Amino acid sequence: MPTEPTAKVVDLPVRGRNTDGKAAPSGVIIDIRNLSLTFQTADAPVVALTNIDLAVRAGEFVSLIGPSGCGKTTLMRIVADLEQPTEGTITVNGVSPREARLKRAYGYIFQAAALYPWRNVQRNVELPHEIMGVSKEEREAKAKRYLELVGLKGFEKKFPWQLSGGMQQRVSIARALSFDPQLLLMDEPFGALDEITRDRMNEELLQIWEKTRKTVIFVTHSIDEAVLLSTKIVVMSARPGRIVDVIDSTLPAIRTLETRETPAAQELAHRVRIGLKAGHSYD
Amino acid sequence: MTRAVFGFLSPKGRVLPIVTVVAIIIVLWYALAIGLNYARVSELLVQDNPDYTTTDLIKGAWTMERPVLPAPDQIAVDLWKSTAALKVTSKRSLIYHAYITSSATVVGFAFGAILGVLLAAGIVHVRTLDRSLMPWIIASQTIPILAIAPMIIVVLGNIGITGLIPKAIISMYLCFFPVAIGMVKGLRSPDPLQMDLMRTYNASEFQIFWKLRVPASIPFLFASLKVAIAISLVGAIVGELPSGALAGLGARMLSGSYYGQTVQIWSALLMAAILGMAMVYVIAGIEWATLRRTGARG
Repeated sequence: MPTEPTAKVVDLPVRGRNTDGKAAPSGVIIDIRNLSLTFQTADAPVVALTNIDLAVRAGEFVSLIGPSGCGKTTLMRIVADLEQPTEGTITVNGVSPREARLKRAYGYIFQAAALYPWRNVQRNVELPHEIMGVSKEEREAKAKRYLELVGLKGFEKKFPWQLSGGMQQRVSIARALSFDPQLLLMDEPFGALDEITRDRMNEELLQIWEKTRKTVIFVTHSIDEAVLLSTKIVVMSARPGRIVDVIDSTLPAIRTLETRETPAAQELAHRVRIGLKAGHSYD
Repeated sequence: MTRAVFGFLSPKGRVLPIVTVVAIIIVLWYALAIGLNYARVSELLVQDNPDYTTTDLIKGAWTMERPVLPAPDQIAVDLWKSTAALKVTSKRSLIYHAYITSSATVVGFAFGAILGVLLAAGIVHVRTLDRSLMPWIIASQTIPILAIAPMIIVVLGNIGITGLIPKAIISMYLCFFPVAIGMVKGLRSPDPLQMDLMRTYNASEFQIFWKLRVPASIPFLFASLKVAIAISLVGAIVGELPSGALAGLGARMLSGSYYGQTVQIWSALLMAAILGMAMVYVIAGIEWATLRRTGARG
Protein backbone atom coordinates (compact mmCIF):
# COMPACT_ATOMS: atom_id res chain seq x y z
CA MET A 1 0.00 0.00 0.00
CA PRO A 2 1.47 3.32 -0.98
CA THR A 3 2.06 5.58 1.91
CA GLU A 4 -0.14 8.62 2.31
CA PRO A 5 1.50 11.68 0.84
CA THR A 6 2.51 14.02 3.63
CA ALA A 7 -0.09 16.66 4.31
CA LYS A 8 0.23 19.63 2.07
CA VAL A 9 0.91 22.82 3.92
CA VAL A 10 -1.49 25.09 2.15
CA ASP A 11 -1.80 28.47 3.71
CA LEU A 12 -0.66 27.79 7.23
CA PRO A 13 2.14 29.94 8.51
CA VAL A 14 5.55 28.38 8.42
CA ARG A 15 7.02 27.66 11.83
CA GLY A 16 9.00 30.73 12.74
CA ARG A 17 12.57 30.60 13.85
CA ASN A 18 11.66 31.67 17.35
CA THR A 19 9.29 28.95 18.33
CA ASP A 20 10.81 25.66 19.29
CA GLY A 21 8.52 22.78 18.52
CA LYS A 22 9.40 21.05 21.80
CA ALA A 23 5.96 21.24 23.35
CA ALA A 24 3.87 18.31 22.18
CA PRO A 25 0.61 19.26 20.38
CA SER A 26 -1.45 18.47 23.44
CA GLY A 27 1.27 19.42 25.89
CA VAL A 28 1.02 22.00 28.58
CA ILE A 29 2.23 25.36 27.29
CA ILE A 30 1.71 27.36 30.46
CA ASP A 31 1.97 25.83 33.88
CA ILE A 32 1.22 28.06 36.86
CA ARG A 33 1.43 26.74 40.38
CA ASN A 34 0.56 28.44 43.65
CA LEU A 35 1.50 31.80 42.21
CA SER A 36 1.10 35.04 44.14
CA LEU A 37 2.10 38.62 43.53
CA THR A 38 2.11 41.37 46.13
CA PHE A 39 2.94 44.92 45.04
CA GLN A 40 4.85 46.97 47.58
CA THR A 41 3.26 50.40 47.51
CA ALA A 42 4.06 53.46 49.60
CA ASP A 43 1.34 52.94 52.21
CA ALA A 44 0.48 49.23 52.31
CA PRO A 45 1.32 46.10 50.31
CA VAL A 46 -1.34 45.28 47.71
CA VAL A 47 -2.07 41.61 47.06
CA ALA A 48 -2.66 41.52 43.30
CA LEU A 49 -2.78 37.76 42.90
CA THR A 50 -2.93 34.92 45.36
CA ASN A 51 -2.74 31.13 45.01
CA ILE A 52 -3.14 30.95 41.26
CA ASP A 53 -3.05 27.45 39.77
CA LEU A 54 -3.62 27.16 36.05
CA ALA A 55 -2.54 24.94 33.18
CA VAL A 56 -2.97 25.96 29.56
CA ARG A 57 -2.58 23.35 26.84
CA ALA A 58 -1.43 23.91 23.30
CA GLY A 59 -4.22 25.06 21.02
CA GLU A 60 -6.48 26.15 23.85
CA PHE A 61 -8.27 29.50 23.85
CA VAL A 62 -8.37 30.55 27.48
CA SER A 63 -10.28 33.61 28.61
CA LEU A 64 -9.56 35.34 31.89
CA ILE A 65 -12.70 37.16 33.01
CA GLY A 66 -13.36 39.15 36.13
CA PRO A 67 -14.03 42.60 37.53
CA SER A 68 -11.50 45.43 37.26
CA GLY A 69 -8.64 44.98 39.65
CA CYS A 70 -8.88 41.20 39.85
CA GLY A 71 -5.38 40.82 38.50
CA LYS A 72 -6.18 39.28 35.11
CA THR A 73 -3.91 41.68 33.25
CA THR A 74 -1.25 41.25 35.91
CA LEU A 75 -1.44 37.48 35.52
CA MET A 76 -0.93 37.82 31.78
CA ARG A 77 1.94 40.24 32.30
CA ILE A 78 3.60 37.61 34.50
CA VAL A 79 3.26 35.07 31.68
CA ALA A 80 4.88 37.67 29.40
CA ASP A 81 7.70 38.36 31.89
CA LEU A 82 6.58 41.99 32.22
CA GLU A 83 5.90 41.45 35.95
CA GLN A 84 7.60 39.13 38.42
CA PRO A 85 5.62 36.91 40.82
CA THR A 86 6.56 37.10 44.49
CA GLU A 87 5.68 33.45 45.17
CA GLY A 88 5.03 30.23 43.29
CA THR A 89 6.29 28.86 40.00
CA ILE A 90 5.39 29.42 36.39
CA THR A 91 6.72 27.88 33.19
CA VAL A 92 6.00 28.90 29.62
CA ASN A 93 6.88 26.28 27.01
CA GLY A 94 8.62 24.41 29.81
CA VAL A 95 11.00 27.26 30.61
CA SER A 96 10.79 30.39 32.74
CA PRO A 97 8.79 33.34 31.36
CA ARG A 98 12.05 35.22 30.97
CA GLU A 99 13.61 32.56 28.79
CA ALA A 100 10.38 32.31 26.83
CA ARG A 101 10.44 36.06 26.26
CA LEU A 102 14.07 35.97 25.19
CA LYS A 103 13.09 33.28 22.67
CA ARG A 104 10.17 35.48 21.53
CA ALA A 105 7.72 32.71 22.29
CA TYR A 106 4.62 34.89 22.42
CA GLY A 107 2.91 37.78 20.71
CA TYR A 108 1.36 40.34 23.02
CA ILE A 109 -1.69 42.36 21.97
CA PHE A 110 -2.35 45.28 24.26
CA GLN A 111 -5.55 47.01 25.24
CA ALA A 112 -4.55 49.90 22.99
CA ALA A 113 -3.10 49.11 19.60
CA ALA A 114 0.29 50.59 20.63
CA LEU A 115 1.21 51.32 17.03
CA TYR A 116 4.14 53.60 16.37
CA PRO A 117 2.57 56.72 14.85
CA TRP A 118 5.61 57.56 12.71
CA ARG A 119 5.44 54.22 10.88
CA ASN A 120 2.84 53.37 8.30
CA VAL A 121 0.74 50.23 8.67
CA GLN A 122 3.14 48.06 6.70
CA ARG A 123 6.18 49.22 8.66
CA ASN A 124 4.37 48.76 11.97
CA VAL A 125 3.76 45.12 11.13
CA GLU A 126 7.38 44.76 10.05
CA LEU A 127 8.65 46.05 13.39
CA PRO A 128 9.08 42.70 15.19
CA HIS A 129 10.89 41.34 12.15
CA GLU A 130 13.20 44.34 12.08
CA ILE A 131 14.07 43.72 15.72
CA MET A 132 14.68 40.04 14.97
CA GLY A 133 16.88 40.82 12.00
CA VAL A 134 14.73 39.29 9.28
CA SER A 135 15.63 40.27 5.72
CA LYS A 136 13.75 43.09 4.05
CA GLU A 137 12.06 40.94 1.42
CA GLU A 138 10.90 38.36 3.94
CA ARG A 139 9.47 40.87 6.38
CA GLU A 140 7.70 42.79 3.64
CA ALA A 141 6.12 39.59 2.35
CA LYS A 142 5.05 38.51 5.83
CA ALA A 143 3.60 41.91 6.69
CA LYS A 144 1.61 41.86 3.45
CA ARG A 145 0.31 38.37 4.11
CA TYR A 146 -0.80 39.03 7.68
CA LEU A 147 -2.38 42.36 6.81
CA GLU A 148 -4.40 40.46 4.26
CA LEU A 149 -5.34 37.91 6.89
CA VAL A 150 -6.81 40.60 9.14
CA GLY A 151 -8.60 42.21 6.19
CA LEU A 152 -6.40 45.26 5.74
CA LYS A 153 -5.13 44.69 2.23
CA GLY A 154 -4.74 48.06 0.54
CA PHE A 155 -4.08 49.95 3.79
CA GLU A 156 -0.33 49.25 3.88
CA LYS A 157 0.72 52.84 3.22
CA LYS A 158 -1.75 54.44 5.62
CA PHE A 159 -0.57 55.88 8.91
CA PRO A 160 -2.19 54.81 12.19
CA TRP A 161 -4.10 58.06 12.70
CA GLN A 162 -5.83 57.50 9.37
CA LEU A 163 -7.40 54.26 10.63
CA SER A 164 -10.37 53.65 12.91
CA GLY A 165 -9.83 52.10 16.35
CA GLY A 166 -10.92 48.69 15.11
CA MET A 167 -8.56 48.82 12.16
CA GLN A 168 -5.68 49.91 14.39
CA GLN A 169 -6.32 46.93 16.66
CA ARG A 170 -6.33 44.65 13.61
CA VAL A 171 -2.93 46.02 12.64
CA SER A 172 -1.67 45.16 16.09
CA ILE A 173 -3.08 41.64 15.73
CA ALA A 174 -1.33 41.27 12.37
CA ARG A 175 1.87 42.54 14.01
CA ALA A 176 1.59 39.91 16.77
CA LEU A 177 0.79 37.10 14.34
CA SER A 178 3.40 38.07 11.79
CA PHE A 179 6.38 36.43 13.48
CA ASP A 180 4.31 33.32 14.11
CA PRO A 181 4.57 32.86 17.86
CA GLN A 182 2.80 29.77 19.18
CA LEU A 183 1.27 31.74 22.01
CA LEU A 184 -0.89 34.85 21.76
CA LEU A 185 -1.50 36.98 24.81
CA MET A 186 -4.43 39.32 24.24
CA ASP A 187 -5.16 41.90 26.91
CA GLU A 188 -8.70 43.21 26.40
CA PRO A 189 -7.88 43.88 22.77
CA PHE A 190 -11.42 44.97 21.90
CA GLY A 191 -12.22 46.72 25.16
CA ALA A 192 -12.11 50.19 23.64
CA LEU A 193 -14.26 49.35 20.62
CA ASP A 194 -17.98 49.83 20.17
CA GLU A 195 -20.15 46.74 20.31
CA ILE A 196 -20.75 46.46 16.57
CA THR A 197 -17.05 46.62 15.78
CA ARG A 198 -16.33 44.27 18.65
CA ASP A 199 -18.70 41.67 17.18
CA ARG A 200 -16.96 41.86 13.85
CA MET A 201 -13.56 41.58 15.49
CA ASN A 202 -14.73 38.56 17.48
CA GLU A 203 -15.87 36.91 14.29
CA GLU A 204 -12.56 37.62 12.60
CA LEU A 205 -10.60 36.41 15.60
CA LEU A 206 -12.56 33.13 15.52
CA GLN A 207 -11.63 32.68 11.87
CA ILE A 208 -8.01 33.54 12.46
CA TRP A 209 -7.86 31.17 15.39
CA GLU A 210 -9.42 28.38 13.34
CA LYS A 211 -6.81 28.95 10.63
CA THR A 212 -3.79 29.18 12.89
CA ARG A 213 -4.77 27.21 16.04
CA LYS A 214 -2.52 29.29 18.23
CA THR A 215 -2.69 28.97 21.97
CA VAL A 216 -4.47 32.12 23.14
CA ILE A 217 -4.86 33.75 26.51
CA PHE A 218 -7.51 36.41 26.30
CA VAL A 219 -8.34 38.93 29.00
CA THR A 220 -11.85 40.35 28.83
CA HIS A 221 -14.61 42.09 30.76
CA SER A 222 -17.32 40.73 28.51
CA ILE A 223 -19.12 37.50 29.38
CA ASP A 224 -20.45 37.17 25.82
CA GLU A 225 -17.00 37.51 24.36
CA ALA A 226 -15.51 34.95 26.76
CA VAL A 227 -18.26 32.43 26.04
CA LEU A 228 -18.09 32.86 22.27
CA LEU A 229 -14.32 32.61 21.89
CA SER A 230 -13.00 30.33 24.60
CA THR A 231 -12.38 26.66 24.99
CA LYS A 232 -11.77 27.36 28.65
CA ILE A 233 -13.05 30.26 30.78
CA VAL A 234 -11.19 31.26 33.93
CA VAL A 235 -13.38 33.32 36.26
CA MET A 236 -11.44 35.59 38.58
CA SER A 237 -12.29 37.76 41.53
CA ALA A 238 -10.78 40.84 43.09
CA ARG A 239 -9.19 41.75 46.43
CA PRO A 240 -7.22 39.58 46.49
CA GLY A 241 -7.01 38.51 42.83
CA ARG A 242 -7.79 34.81 42.64
CA ILE A 243 -9.41 32.16 40.45
CA VAL A 244 -12.95 31.27 41.50
CA ASP A 245 -13.95 28.94 38.68
CA VAL A 246 -12.49 27.24 35.62
CA ILE A 247 -15.10 26.30 33.03
CA ASP A 248 -14.45 24.05 30.03
CA SER A 249 -16.51 25.15 27.07
CA THR A 250 -19.21 22.82 25.79
CA LEU A 251 -19.65 24.76 22.55
CA PRO A 252 -18.83 23.16 19.18
CA ALA A 253 -15.37 23.79 17.72
CA ILE A 254 -16.70 25.78 14.76
CA ARG A 255 -18.55 28.87 15.95
CA THR A 256 -20.20 31.97 14.57
CA LEU A 257 -21.71 35.00 16.28
CA GLU A 258 -25.03 33.11 16.35
CA THR A 259 -23.46 30.46 18.58
CA ARG A 260 -23.97 32.93 21.41
CA GLU A 261 -27.74 32.46 21.14
CA THR A 262 -27.66 28.67 21.61
CA PRO A 263 -28.81 27.12 24.91
CA ALA A 264 -25.32 25.73 25.54
CA ALA A 265 -23.84 29.23 25.32
CA GLN A 266 -26.57 30.66 27.54
CA GLU A 267 -25.82 28.01 30.10
CA LEU A 268 -22.09 28.78 30.02
CA ALA A 269 -22.78 32.49 30.42
CA HIS A 270 -25.00 31.70 33.37
CA ARG A 271 -22.24 29.71 35.02
CA VAL A 272 -19.76 32.53 34.45
CA ARG A 273 -22.21 34.95 36.04
CA ILE A 274 -22.59 32.73 39.08
CA GLY A 275 -18.82 32.58 39.40
CA LEU A 276 -18.47 36.36 39.16
CA LYS A 277 -21.23 36.82 41.74
CA ALA A 278 -19.64 34.33 44.13
CA GLY A 279 -16.39 36.26 43.84
CA HIS A 280 -18.16 39.50 44.65
CA SER A 281 -19.93 38.19 47.75
CA TYR A 282 -16.57 38.46 49.51
CA ASP A 283 -16.78 42.23 49.91
CA MET B 1 5.60 71.82 -6.47
CA THR B 2 6.20 75.20 -4.89
CA ARG B 3 3.30 74.53 -2.60
CA ALA B 4 4.66 71.11 -1.75
CA VAL B 5 8.00 72.59 -0.75
CA PHE B 6 6.90 75.77 0.95
CA GLY B 7 3.55 74.59 2.23
CA PHE B 8 4.78 75.01 5.79
CA LEU B 9 4.80 78.75 5.25
CA SER B 10 1.16 78.45 4.25
CA PRO B 11 0.69 82.09 3.18
CA LYS B 12 -3.10 81.95 3.09
CA GLY B 13 -4.62 83.44 6.18
CA ARG B 14 -1.31 84.52 7.66
CA VAL B 15 -0.37 87.50 5.55
CA LEU B 16 -3.16 89.81 6.67
CA PRO B 17 -2.57 89.51 10.44
CA ILE B 18 1.17 89.98 9.98
CA VAL B 19 0.76 93.03 7.73
CA THR B 20 -1.70 94.56 10.19
CA VAL B 21 0.68 94.14 13.11
CA VAL B 22 3.59 95.55 11.11
CA ALA B 23 1.51 98.56 10.04
CA ILE B 24 0.54 99.29 13.65
CA ILE B 25 4.16 98.99 14.79
CA ILE B 26 5.34 101.38 12.05
CA VAL B 27 2.71 104.00 12.93
CA LEU B 28 3.61 103.80 16.62
CA TRP B 29 7.29 103.93 15.71
CA TYR B 30 6.93 107.21 13.79
CA ALA B 31 5.00 108.65 16.71
CA LEU B 32 7.65 107.50 19.14
CA ALA B 33 10.39 108.95 16.93
CA ILE B 34 8.76 112.38 17.20
CA GLY B 35 8.44 112.00 20.95
CA LEU B 36 12.06 111.02 21.46
CA ASN B 37 13.71 113.31 18.93
CA TYR B 38 11.76 116.57 19.13
CA ALA B 39 13.74 118.08 22.03
CA ARG B 40 17.03 117.92 20.11
CA VAL B 41 15.36 118.97 16.86
CA SER B 42 13.75 122.01 18.40
CA GLU B 43 17.14 123.11 19.79
CA LEU B 44 18.62 122.90 16.30
CA LEU B 45 15.67 124.59 14.62
CA VAL B 46 15.62 127.49 17.04
CA GLN B 47 19.16 128.49 16.05
CA ASP B 48 18.23 129.15 12.37
CA ASN B 49 14.61 130.08 12.58
CA PRO B 50 12.82 130.80 15.86
CA ASP B 51 9.44 130.69 14.10
CA TYR B 52 9.61 127.09 13.00
CA THR B 53 6.31 125.28 12.44
CA THR B 54 5.09 121.93 13.79
CA THR B 55 5.57 120.50 10.31
CA ASP B 56 9.23 121.53 10.43
CA LEU B 57 9.57 119.90 13.82
CA ILE B 58 8.05 116.60 12.65
CA LYS B 59 10.07 116.60 9.46
CA GLY B 60 13.22 117.29 11.45
CA ALA B 61 12.44 114.53 13.95
CA TRP B 62 12.16 112.01 11.13
CA THR B 63 15.29 113.06 9.23
CA MET B 64 17.90 113.63 11.94
CA GLU B 65 21.47 112.58 11.26
CA ARG B 66 21.96 110.95 14.65
CA PRO B 67 18.48 110.54 16.09
CA VAL B 68 17.70 108.98 19.46
CA LEU B 69 15.24 106.81 17.59
CA PRO B 70 15.57 106.76 13.80
CA ALA B 71 12.43 106.69 11.71
CA PRO B 72 11.60 103.39 9.97
CA ASP B 73 12.29 104.84 6.51
CA GLN B 74 15.78 105.97 7.60
CA ILE B 75 16.54 102.43 8.75
CA ALA B 76 15.07 100.98 5.56
CA VAL B 77 17.20 103.28 3.43
CA ASP B 78 20.35 102.45 5.42
CA LEU B 79 19.54 98.76 5.22
CA TRP B 80 19.12 99.08 1.47
CA LYS B 81 22.34 101.05 1.05
CA SER B 82 24.36 98.60 3.11
CA THR B 83 23.02 95.48 1.42
CA ALA B 84 21.73 95.81 -2.12
CA ALA B 85 23.76 98.88 -3.06
CA LEU B 86 27.10 97.44 -1.99
CA LYS B 87 29.21 94.55 -3.14
CA VAL B 88 28.81 91.53 -0.87
CA THR B 89 32.56 91.48 -0.28
CA SER B 90 32.64 95.08 0.90
CA LYS B 91 33.59 95.58 4.54
CA ARG B 92 30.59 97.88 4.88
CA SER B 93 28.10 95.41 3.45
CA LEU B 94 25.66 94.11 6.04
CA ILE B 95 25.41 90.89 4.08
CA TYR B 96 29.13 90.37 4.65
CA HIS B 97 28.70 91.02 8.38
CA ALA B 98 25.63 88.79 8.54
CA TYR B 99 27.66 86.04 6.88
CA ILE B 100 30.43 86.36 9.48
CA THR B 101 27.94 86.16 12.34
CA SER B 102 25.86 83.41 10.86
CA SER B 103 28.86 81.18 10.19
CA ALA B 104 29.74 81.32 13.90
CA THR B 105 26.05 80.81 14.71
CA VAL B 106 25.72 77.72 12.54
CA VAL B 107 28.96 76.13 13.76
CA GLY B 108 28.03 76.78 17.39
CA PHE B 109 24.51 75.55 16.78
CA ALA B 110 25.70 72.33 15.15
CA PHE B 111 28.06 71.48 17.98
CA GLY B 112 25.56 72.63 20.61
CA ALA B 113 22.82 70.45 19.12
CA ILE B 114 25.13 67.43 18.98
CA LEU B 115 26.28 68.04 22.56
CA GLY B 116 22.68 68.46 23.71
CA VAL B 117 21.55 65.23 22.05
CA LEU B 118 24.53 63.28 23.44
CA LEU B 119 23.93 64.60 26.95
CA ALA B 120 20.24 63.71 26.70
CA ALA B 121 21.01 60.19 25.46
CA GLY B 122 23.43 59.72 28.36
CA ILE B 123 21.00 61.11 30.92
CA VAL B 124 18.15 58.91 29.70
CA HIS B 125 20.22 55.73 29.81
CA VAL B 126 22.53 56.18 32.77
CA ARG B 127 20.95 56.92 36.10
CA THR B 128 24.14 58.32 37.58
CA LEU B 129 24.44 60.83 34.75
CA ASP B 130 20.86 61.94 35.37
CA ARG B 131 21.73 62.66 39.00
CA SER B 132 25.20 64.13 38.44
CA LEU B 133 24.91 66.06 35.17
CA MET B 134 21.51 67.68 35.41
CA PRO B 135 22.38 70.13 38.24
CA TRP B 136 25.48 71.27 36.34
CA ILE B 137 23.57 71.72 33.13
CA ILE B 138 21.02 73.89 34.89
CA ALA B 139 23.69 75.79 36.82
CA SER B 140 25.56 76.54 33.58
CA GLN B 141 22.56 78.49 32.33
CA THR B 142 22.14 80.59 35.46
CA ILE B 143 25.42 82.39 34.74
CA PRO B 144 24.72 85.49 32.63
CA ILE B 145 26.24 85.00 29.21
CA LEU B 146 27.42 88.63 29.22
CA ALA B 147 29.61 87.76 32.21
CA ILE B 148 31.10 84.61 30.84
CA ALA B 149 31.51 85.61 27.18
CA PRO B 150 34.44 88.04 27.72
CA MET B 151 36.25 85.39 29.78
CA ILE B 152 35.91 82.81 27.06
CA ILE B 153 37.16 85.33 24.49
CA VAL B 154 40.11 86.36 26.68
CA VAL B 155 41.14 82.86 27.68
CA LEU B 156 40.96 81.52 24.13
CA GLY B 157 42.63 84.67 22.77
CA ASN B 158 45.53 84.03 25.16
CA ILE B 159 46.17 80.63 23.65
CA GLY B 160 45.91 82.03 20.18
CA ILE B 161 42.37 81.05 19.27
CA THR B 162 40.45 83.96 17.81
CA GLY B 163 37.85 84.61 15.15
CA LEU B 164 35.03 82.18 14.60
CA ILE B 165 35.79 79.54 17.21
CA PRO B 166 35.38 81.59 20.42
CA LYS B 167 32.09 82.95 19.13
CA ALA B 168 30.92 79.48 18.16
CA ILE B 169 31.79 78.22 21.63
CA ILE B 170 29.62 80.90 23.22
CA SER B 171 26.80 79.95 20.86
CA MET B 172 27.27 76.31 21.72
CA TYR B 173 27.28 77.10 25.44
CA LEU B 174 23.87 78.73 25.08
CA CYS B 175 22.19 76.38 22.67
CA PHE B 176 23.06 72.93 23.99
CA PHE B 177 20.74 73.60 26.92
CA PRO B 178 17.30 73.68 25.25
CA VAL B 179 18.34 70.72 23.08
CA ALA B 180 19.42 68.66 26.09
CA ILE B 181 16.27 69.48 28.06
CA GLY B 182 13.96 68.90 25.08
CA MET B 183 15.63 65.65 24.10
CA VAL B 184 15.55 64.22 27.63
CA LYS B 185 11.83 64.83 27.55
CA GLY B 186 11.54 63.50 24.00
CA LEU B 187 13.59 60.34 24.55
CA ARG B 188 11.42 59.59 27.58
CA SER B 189 8.18 60.30 25.74
CA PRO B 190 7.30 56.74 24.53
CA ASP B 191 4.34 55.48 26.55
CA PRO B 192 4.61 52.33 28.70
CA LEU B 193 2.78 50.18 26.15
CA GLN B 194 5.21 51.15 23.38
CA MET B 195 8.09 50.27 25.71
CA ASP B 196 6.48 46.97 26.81
CA LEU B 197 6.04 46.05 23.16
CA MET B 198 9.79 46.34 22.61
CA ARG B 199 10.37 44.22 25.69
CA THR B 200 8.12 41.46 24.36
CA TYR B 201 10.31 41.36 21.24
CA ASN B 202 13.40 41.09 23.42
CA ALA B 203 14.76 44.23 21.76
CA SER B 204 18.16 45.52 22.83
CA GLU B 205 18.61 48.97 24.39
CA PHE B 206 20.25 49.99 21.14
CA GLN B 207 17.20 48.93 19.12
CA ILE B 208 14.82 50.59 21.58
CA PHE B 209 16.83 53.77 21.24
CA TRP B 210 16.84 53.90 17.45
CA LYS B 211 13.45 52.42 16.68
CA LEU B 212 11.40 53.91 19.49
CA ARG B 213 13.06 56.65 21.55
CA VAL B 214 14.60 58.60 18.69
CA PRO B 215 11.55 58.69 16.39
CA ALA B 216 9.33 59.55 19.36
CA SER B 217 11.61 62.46 20.24
CA ILE B 218 11.63 64.14 16.82
CA PRO B 219 8.85 66.68 17.55
CA PHE B 220 10.65 67.62 20.78
CA LEU B 221 13.95 67.88 18.94
CA PHE B 222 12.64 70.40 16.42
CA ALA B 223 10.94 72.50 19.06
CA SER B 224 14.29 72.67 20.89
CA LEU B 225 16.28 73.34 17.74
CA LYS B 226 14.16 76.38 16.92
CA VAL B 227 14.90 77.87 20.32
CA ALA B 228 18.52 76.80 20.05
CA ILE B 229 19.27 78.44 16.71
CA ALA B 230 17.72 81.73 17.84
CA ILE B 231 19.82 81.90 21.00
CA SER B 232 22.83 80.63 19.09
CA LEU B 233 22.60 83.82 17.02
CA VAL B 234 22.37 85.87 20.19
CA GLY B 235 25.46 84.04 21.47
CA ALA B 236 27.45 84.82 18.34
CA ILE B 237 26.51 88.52 18.48
CA VAL B 238 27.36 88.74 22.18
CA GLY B 239 30.65 87.01 21.37
CA GLU B 240 31.50 89.80 18.95
CA LEU B 241 31.02 92.57 21.49
CA PRO B 242 33.97 92.06 23.86
CA SER B 243 36.38 90.76 21.28
CA GLY B 244 36.77 94.06 19.49
CA ALA B 245 35.87 92.19 16.37
CA LEU B 246 35.94 94.18 13.16
CA ALA B 247 33.38 92.08 11.35
CA GLY B 248 30.00 90.68 12.27
CA LEU B 249 26.64 92.16 13.21
CA GLY B 250 27.79 92.56 16.83
CA ALA B 251 30.80 94.54 15.66
CA ARG B 252 28.52 96.76 13.56
CA MET B 253 26.32 97.46 16.56
CA LEU B 254 29.34 98.22 18.72
CA SER B 255 30.95 100.58 16.20
CA GLY B 256 27.57 102.22 15.68
CA SER B 257 27.29 102.96 19.37
CA TYR B 258 30.91 104.28 19.52
CA TYR B 259 30.17 106.86 16.88
CA GLY B 260 26.55 107.51 17.79
CA GLN B 261 25.42 106.06 14.47
CA THR B 262 22.01 104.99 15.72
CA VAL B 263 20.74 104.30 12.22
CA GLN B 264 23.59 101.85 11.72
CA ILE B 265 22.82 100.13 15.02
CA TRP B 266 19.19 99.77 14.07
CA SER B 267 19.87 98.40 10.63
CA ALA B 268 22.29 95.85 12.12
CA LEU B 269 19.62 94.97 14.67
CA LEU B 270 17.04 94.55 11.95
CA MET B 271 19.46 92.44 9.93
CA ALA B 272 20.01 90.21 12.99
CA ALA B 273 16.26 89.84 13.41
CA ILE B 274 15.83 88.92 9.75
CA LEU B 275 18.70 86.47 10.01
CA GLY B 276 17.24 84.87 13.14
CA MET B 277 13.84 84.52 11.54
CA ALA B 278 15.33 83.02 8.40
CA MET B 279 17.23 80.46 10.47
CA VAL B 280 14.17 79.50 12.50
CA TYR B 281 12.21 79.14 9.25
CA VAL B 282 14.87 76.86 7.79
CA ILE B 283 14.52 74.60 10.85
CA ALA B 284 10.74 74.79 10.56
CA GLY B 285 11.03 73.77 6.91
CA ILE B 286 13.17 70.75 7.75
CA GLU B 287 10.76 69.87 10.54
CA TRP B 288 7.79 70.14 8.24
CA ALA B 289 9.41 67.90 5.63
CA THR B 290 10.51 65.34 8.24
CA LEU B 291 7.18 65.12 9.98
CA ARG B 292 5.32 64.89 6.71
CA ARG B 293 7.48 62.00 5.66
CA THR B 294 6.77 60.21 8.93
CA GLY B 295 3.04 60.59 8.58
CA ALA B 296 2.24 63.53 10.81
CA ARG B 297 -1.32 64.75 10.53
CA GLY B 298 -2.20 67.38 7.96
